[in-house]
Amino acid sequence: MRFFLQLLVTGVALGSIYALIALGFVLIYKSTRIINFAQGELVLIGAFTAFAFLSQAGLPPALALPLTIVVAVVLGFTVERLLLRPMLGEPVIAVIMVTLGLAGILKGSARAIWGSVNRPFPDIFPALSLTLFGVGIPGPFLWGCLIAGVCLVAFTLFFRFSGWGVMMRAAANHQAAALSVGIDVRRVFALSWAIAAAVAALGGVLLGAINVIDMNLGAIGLKVFPVVILGGLDSIPGAILGGLIIGVLENLSGGFIEPWVGGGVKAVAPFVALLLILLIRPYGLFGTREIERL
Amino acid sequence: MALPRPCGDFKRSWEADEAVFPTAFSRGALAAFLLLLGLAPLAAGDFWLYLLNLCGIALVGAQGLNILTGFTGQISLGHGAFVGVGGYTVGILATRLNVNPVVALLAAGVAAALVGLLFGLPSLRIKGFYLAMATLAAQFILEYLFMRAAPLTGGAQGLFVERPALAGLAIDSDAKFFYLIMTVAALATAGARNLLRTDVGRCFVAIRDRDIAAELIGVNLFAYKLLAFALSSFFAGLAGGLLAYYVQAINPQGFTVLLSVDYLAMIIIGGLGSVLGATFGAVFITLLPELLKLAIDAVGGWLPIENIFPALREIIFGLLIVLFLLREPEGLAKLWWDVKAYWKLWPFAY
Repeated sequence: MRFFLQLLVTGVALGSIYALIALGFVLIYKSTRIINFAQGELVLIGAFTAFAFLSQAGLPPALALPLTIVVAVVLGFTVERLLLRPMLGEPVIAVIMVTLGLAGILKGSARAIWGSVNRPFPDIFPALSLTLFGVGIPGPFLWGCLIAGVCLVAFTLFFRFSGWGVMMRAAANHQAAALSVGIDVRRVFALSWAIAAAVAALGGVLLGAINVIDMNLGAIGLKVFPVVILGGLDSIPGAILGGLIIGVLENLSGGFIEPWVGGGVKAVAPFVALLLILLIRPYGLFGTREIERL
Repeated sequence: MALPRPCGDFKRSWEADEAVFPTAFSRGALAAFLLLLGLAPLAAGDFWLYLLNLCGIALVGAQGLNILTGFTGQISLGHGAFVGVGGYTVGILATRLNVNPVVALLAAGVAAALVGLLFGLPSLRIKGFYLAMATLAAQFILEYLFMRAAPLTGGAQGLFVERPALAGLAIDSDAKFFYLIMTVAALATAGARNLLRTDVGRCFVAIRDRDIAAELIGVNLFAYKLLAFALSSFFAGLAGGLLAYYVQAINPQGFTVLLSVDYLAMIIIGGLGSVLGATFGAVFITLLPELLKLAIDAVGGWLPIENIFPALREIIFGLLIVLFLLREPEGLAKLWWDVKAYWKLWPFAY
């Protein structure tokens, strides 16, 4: 029972980081209908930028983290302007392929700059610990939960009350109608990429705080897909809940099934779940059901 | 975008008009190309022959993916794993049961087709990005099986495959493999090209262009989508089988999602839905890393870029995909078309 609780609690903590990264993906999809296969690489770049500011340049965290966010935002704007804007209205497969190409460019650049070795990430988060149901939660996981929670609340409020949030929702809902009431859809798109890149960078920093960082960090981008499919592609609460469920599922299958059938179950379980969700409820828990007419 | 017709070349029947190689010149060019290809092992060194063989294998797989994604419009991110199914089938049949290579290759195709059929089932309900996700899940599940079904697949070490022997003739050199691979590649290409002109091919294209409309005019979506998955995976299985025989060792690292992305890149850079394009794309993507390596060796003396080669390959690969999609969405096939159209009218292009 204690083992189960341990897995459950760390699963929720890990899931909150998945949720944070999925949040960026959903944000882009929600407003631009672009499926971003480079979300993991944005995480990678974010983590290594933070590493460069913190360890290589030796800046204090209070300065390094905002700088990282600024770099991520600039990167998001640039990518949107150069690569994605010309692809508006192109078929899904072409857009997917562009983001796959972008993933290659980002990963290659990171590899060229920082090399393929493991990098220890400095301890930047103040020590924090919490014991829940007799299970101790490590500090970085706790910070992950906290930051993901803050982001969730912030984005919900942002979409609900701020002008830009309403414009983003309008653009997502009906592009032509949004244009006709004077919303600058291009700026909405740019903004959503910038926010997504910033959130990804935050996710990268949190992942770095949990473990060392290396070039395989980008693989987390693929883990986002079960999360967003489960939650619903265009739903922010869905991304959060999906992230938590997939995190717990991964931990539980790793803890209970892996001893019986050997390693690797942990990695494949989310994708088995993905396939089942697609067969049963393709639009996910909270996604919009698409109705197609001829 | 019709190509100007050559002067004085009139057609009197539908068959003649629909011929793949409509003029005497194009038939002559094909014959000359096949002849040159047949003579290639005499001129090419081992290294170039090896590259040509890899191109041939990639071509078989790319034609397969082109049937599914190019003709039928179903995105697949699991093609690399289907290639792997073919490779493992040959590996198991050849090492454990010592089966005849022709039978083993066909079995590889059939095994991959069955697996493709199974993972194609979700395509009946979902499409576009959702289907890409389902096939991505297929990729990871199959990778897991390659790794974990160790008694059958050899786990992480994989399998060692003996070189095959056909009718008493041992196929043990690059040159002999060249003829085997090129025969299969030529059959696959001709098969894909002709498929496009049959009723089945037209149903595929109808599904790609608008699936609901296709269903309304009587195309059985259930049958044809699954058929597309099966056919495409059959080609993938053949490619995997050839690869297993040729490189003699297969392991899970050879059939990751990166291979699936490579195959997608081939048909997209080549030109989606074009058989000629898939050919160009397969050759281009296969040769790209090798040519890059040669180029880097050439300038390596002046620039210290040797140790960032893998990084450079990733960047250039990504850039090429992006540039093609932005600048020439119809790919290499369109470029070839433009060049041909230009020379048709040269020097009186007005």
